[in-house]
Amino acid sequence: MAFPMDSLLVCVVLIDLALLAMSRLVTLVRIAALQGVLISALALYVGGANPASILTATASLVLKGIVFPFMLMRAMREASINREVEPYIGLNLSIVIGLALLALSLWLGSKLPLPVPVAATLIVPVALFTILAGLFLIVGRLKALTQIVGYLVLENGIYTFGLAISHQSPWIVELGILLDVFVAVFIMGVMTYQINREFDHIDTNQLTDLKD
Amino acid sequence: MIRVTTDMAVLRLAAALVLAPLLFGVIARTQALFAGRKGPPLLQMYFDIAKLMRKGAAISRTTTWVFRLGPIVGLACVATGCLLLPFAGFPALVSFPGDFVVLTALLALMRFVTVSAALDTGSSFEGMGASRDVQFSALAEPALLVSFAVLARQTSALSMSDMFGQVSAIFWHQAAPSFILVLAALFIVFLAENARIPFDDPNTHLELTMVHEVMVLDHGGPDLGFILYGSALKMWILGALIVNIVIPIHAVSAWPDIFLFIMGMLLLAVAVGVVESVMARLRLLQVPQLLVGAVGLAILALMLMLGA
Repeated sequence: MAFPMDSLLVCVVLIDLALLAMSRLVTLVRIAALQGVLISALALYVGGANPASILTATASLVLKGIVFPFMLMRAMREASINREVEPYIGLNLSIVIGLALLALSLWLGSKLPLPVPVAATLIVPVALFTILAGLFLIVGRLKALTQIVGYLVLENGIYTFGLAISHQSPWIVELGILLDVFVAVFIMGVMTYQINREFDHIDTNQLTDLKD
Repeated sequence: MIRVTTDMAVLRLAAALVLAPLLFGVIARTQALFAGRKGPPLLQMYFDIAKLMRKGAAISRTTTWVFRLGPIVGLACVATGCLLLPFAGFPALVSFPGDFVVLTALLALMRFVTVSAALDTGSSFEGMGASRDVQFSALAEPALLVSFAVLARQTSALSMSDMFGQVSAIFWHQAAPSFILVLAALFIVFLAENARIPFDDPNTHLELTMVHEVMVLDHGGPDLGFILYGSALKMWILGALIVNIVIPIHAVSAWPDIFLFIMGMLLLAVAVGVVESVMARLRLLQVPQLLVGAVGLAILALMLMLGA
């Protein structure tokens, strides 16, 4: 077991669980940013010290650690969103479901046949769990903003999965994905503001009630 | 099979019985240091217990024998727990496979008699405190048991003496993330079970907000002395579980190990004092959430260990 790698991965899992348990939006955004930073560090650790890996890791660090939280905070301020996460599924139950998802991902990770050897045994289950946690945030929370955070976490998971199986993936692809995510978050931030201005709330549940 | 260790184990047991109330003194001193006060003497708990033992007790006419039973059985439970407790990596006086379940059950029995005594008074405040205490401990107990399961799995041992005797630097090297998670879970359980600050404020004087203190409000004299001493022993037991994991060296020679262990316990008390000084109490609704989090940490540690 590589100690620094495993510790980073366990921190990522802890952050996933914390995201499921948080009741304040600001903390949610901050913790998601921290996860982005950790995953960038992981990318650097896996990729080693070559220019391409340093470039992608830095780009992901700047975007996920600084730009995204800044944009989300601004969206929150401008839409003057209430500070509470509004869960469909209670916070305690969310943790329990999170643990079940973790067990599922550990099981899946041990069963999943992979074409190439992975950097660490834990990395595939952690990636799967991060993806599932992101999905759970999207479906289990009421507000548009928490859904953006869920999307970011989902992307973190996919990025980690990419780290696990492709040591030599072209860095231009990674950068392209980061750009996509950036645009997505940018648009979603604007959307949140628009939804709020039109309807005085960002409760996605009520969007289905729209007429013509 | 039950194994009885006699070699110096009686002496170590005596050390636990004598030193336990000192932890409270250290906690109070740490808090006083943070608040810029002088604080009570380190031995205040001993003075309190000695004072209470000399007093008589006024017992309400509405209570029955259940009320009298609470403090006595409670103290007996934790004192028995001390027999099972390994100390600084040395085996406990009595050890057998599965003794950690017995220890957990003894703590549960202590809680049961304390709660029964509180309910026996018929006071609504005490009933409220009892209900909260039971709620918190129902969530803290799984965390404790799952943490034991992690240790048992890692060391392939079923008695606490073997488990803690084998925790060593090598295990820390192999499974550091799991161990850190278990330590975090155990520390939360330690604070919750001992009614310390994020869960319960031992110094509060408002019945509505008390949890543990309100349950013993009607006890006085020697009964209260038993309760104080019992809670000190309980703190020693749960603290020893943590310190036994944190200090993974032993059997170099007896005295330095024991010295190191006691220093570890005192440091733990300082840590509790720091937590109490820098944190406020959690809202009542958030307490179960933190405890579920502790269970989560322990289960995560178990999964990592099973998965690895």
